Amino acid sequence: MMAQTEFEMTENRPLSNAKLAVLILLGSETMLFSGLIGAFLVFRMGNVTWPPLSHADIELPRIVTGFNTLLLIISGFTMFHALRSIQQNRIILFRILLIGTGLLGLIFLSIQGYEWSQLIKNGLTLQSSVYGAIFYVLIGCHAVHVLGAVIWLVIVICMAFSGRFSSDRHIGVETCTIYWIYVVALWPILYFLVYFA
Amino acid sequence: MQENENISHEHDDDEQHEHAHDDNDTPQHTHEHDDGQHEHEHHHEESFIRKYIFSLDHKMIGKQFLVYGLIMLFVGGGLALLFRWQLAYPGRPLPIIGASQQYIDEGEIVTSNDKRWDKIFESEKEELMETHFPNGVIEDKTYNMLFTMHATIMVFFVVVPILVGAFGNFLIPLMIGTRDMAFPILNMLSFWLAVLAAIVMAAGFFVPGGHAGAGWTGYAPLSVDPQWTDVGWGQNLWAISLLIQGFSSLVGSINYITTVINMRAPGMTFFRLPLVIWSLFIVAILLLLAFPVLSSALALLIFDRLAGTTFFTTTTEGGGDPLLWQHLFWFFGHPEVYILILPGMGIASELIAVNSRKPIFGYRSMVYAMIAIAFLGWIVWGHHMFQSGMRPGMGSFFMTTTMLIAVPSAIKTFNWLGTMFRGSIRFTTPMLHGIAFVSMFVIGGLSGIYMANTPVDIYIHDTYYIVAHIHYVVFGGSLFAMFGGIVFWYPKMYGRYMNDTLSKIHFWITFIAFNCTFFPMHILGVGGHMRRIANPQFYDFLQGFEGMNIFITMSAFTLGFAQLILVFNFFWSMKLGKVAEKNPWNVTTLEWEAPTPVPHGNFAQIPTVYRGPYEYSVPGEESDWIPQAQPEHAPASAGD
Repeated sequence: MMAQTEFEMTENRPLSNAKLAVLILLGSETMLFSGLIGAFLVFRMGNVTWPPLSHADIELPRIVTGFNTLLLIISGFTMFHALRSIQQNRIILFRILLIGTGLLGLIFLSIQGYEWSQLIKNGLTLQSSVYGAIFYVLIGCHAVHVLGAVIWLVIVICMAFSGRFSSDRHIGVETCTIYWIYVVALWPILYFLVYFA
Repeated sequence: MQENENISHEHDDDEQHEHAHDDNDTPQHTHEHDDGQHEHEHHHEESFIRKYIFSLDHKMIGKQFLVYGLIMLFVGGGLALLFRWQLAYPGRPLPIIGASQQYIDEGEIVTSNDKRWDKIFESEKEELMETHFPNGVIEDKTYNMLFTMHATIMVFFVVVPILVGAFGNFLIPLMIGTRDMAFPILNMLSFWLAVLAAIVMAAGFFVPGGHAGAGWTGYAPLSVDPQWTDVGWGQNLWAISLLIQGFSSLVGSINYITTVINMRAPGMTFFRLPLVIWSLFIVAILLLLAFPVLSSALALLIFDRLAGTTFFTTTTEGGGDPLLWQHLFWFFGHPEVYILILPGMGIASELIAVNSRKPIFGYRSMVYAMIAIAFLGWIVWGHHMFQSGMRPGMGSFFMTTTMLIAVPSAIKTFNWLGTMFRGSIRFTTPMLHGIAFVSMFVIGGLSGIYMANTPVDIYIHDTYYIVAHIHYVVFGGSLFAMFGGIVFWYPKMYGRYMNDTLSKIHFWITFIAFNCTFFPMHILGVGGHMRRIANPQFYDFLQGFEGMNIFITMSAFTLGFAQLILVFNFFWSMKLGKVAEKNPWNVTTLEWEAPTPVPHGNFAQIPTVYRGPYEYSVPGEESDWIPQAQPEHAPASAGD
């Protein structure tokens, strides 16, 4: 009748609470970015020339950002391998990979910040039509998420150095990895959309 | 988990348990309790602040949400009464706070109020009363603020906090058989973020320029540029408050979804969940996915207002798009209206099944209908924008998808009727509210079908017809379910009954006054009476509606004051109500297995679930109800 498997379903949860919560959070994040990307597409479609003629001389730094994109993708791999190494109880490698990931994230943010300052110098500001506005809001929203992920990672690093994780106790690393990889995976989409539209 | 099977509805008077569950720090109770009628003693008393303010207990957080929602209900309702006065008697000073007509006409001081107004004008300070209600008369701009804030508060600060926040928190862990939410701290955070949002929202009333005045939908460019509404920081605070509210509901919905997926008692399969839990689960998913879209729109709006961007205004070149706001808002807004009604449907299902002493008719179809409604909610947002400018083809698409919603809604309605059909109905107060829910929901649903038709909508959009529709669904639907739910679960929340006479008086006055208030609005709407106008007497063709407007206002005041009965009853019964036994309504679901009042940690031992939630009047059984936790070789439940 009520199958035995359904009994098991409630008791042997496939995902822990924390992991499930992070995945649910990502659903929400996706909708947030969908809203902003939707707005971007509306503006892009609504303007025949992009960037609009008033900012025709603006050129987004595609190559530097492409390099930056590469860095972020590498950080995704290092984060993933950090998780792998803690699962295999290789603590030293784990710590090195965590710090490497954090550094890559910080480098990404610094390059982004530097580019922004250059763009502002060249006259692309928040007020320069929807082109500048949606650029800063959309890319900035992602940057805030990277910053959040870095802060989360710093907490994980602190915990890692106080020996809070082991091969069978690393849910904190796992959740952080999920979030980090989400933020990394989101970036190429935004990069191609915003820089090449 | 099989050792925890000693819970039966006969309820041994001296259950004593060893606790195998020491994995959390909740104080467990191991002493005897006689039907839960005496005060429960904890191993260690929690401090006042831990227990009542920064509580981590889902039941206390639920009660906090309930009280918070009821307070906001009066704020929102009070705003409605103010503008109802203006609609019935445009330009006439408000009672109690207004000046006399002589003072306004000739400056002659007659009453003590006149003296006060005289002083206010003399002081020449920018007083709140003077700017919004000179002489006690509602200004046109104030009128905008009143209806905007009425809707904003009712939607975001009353219906969602009570139906989702209060009932969700209180019921989910109890009904799925667990000790608390998955993340108690996030749960507390969710409540206090909601309070913060309410404080920010309330602050908007006191800033120069008044509160937001662009309607609860905040249509651009009205909401963007102060030149249209004269609203300054009010609109900013409105947006910021809703952003905070977004975080609150994000945290809350993560908690709800995780709890329902991961924390169900042994044997509590998805298709043994009570319908109210299903509805809250679905609503949590909707909130999770819909609110961020509003957040993105609000963020853009704040940039427009504070940073000089032009997302929602058109400029000659490289400008934004006002329609984008409507798309983003309604992409959130339509799921939001299902967020408002689905928990009501769930609660009504409980009330009707319990009081009809019958299994809910078509349990699975009820679940699938809710899922279908939730899904369709995502692809119908355009029906709010038929008149905003849309390709006719798109209009047909949105019209069709909208009409499709009638199918799952009708399934639910017929199932409620089927549940009642030939049941041994007990006309308790919760049941009256349940029946009111179904009947009012039908009226509200049917008027919705008219507006879904693009050709009809051309004539009735932006009239009182839509006002009637939304109030039949949200007041007639959600609020009646909410009142019923409060009366129904009150014995479990506070260990006492609400006074039944008062509850019944409250119900009947509310029901009659509600219909007197909102039914005539259909007629106003078909007669062309626009919504959101401060002075109907300004228009020739609306002169004839003066009497009806006065009637509506009278009914609205009756409706408003009737709610005082509820609140009086609510607080009076907390201390002086009749003490309730453990399961006063003979309900099968798990929350009634817990002792009353429910201790921290809920269950002495986590119950094991053996059957579906609606085993009423099972043929061949002695009792007309079989609790979910009762073992035995009983026939399959309606849900299986």
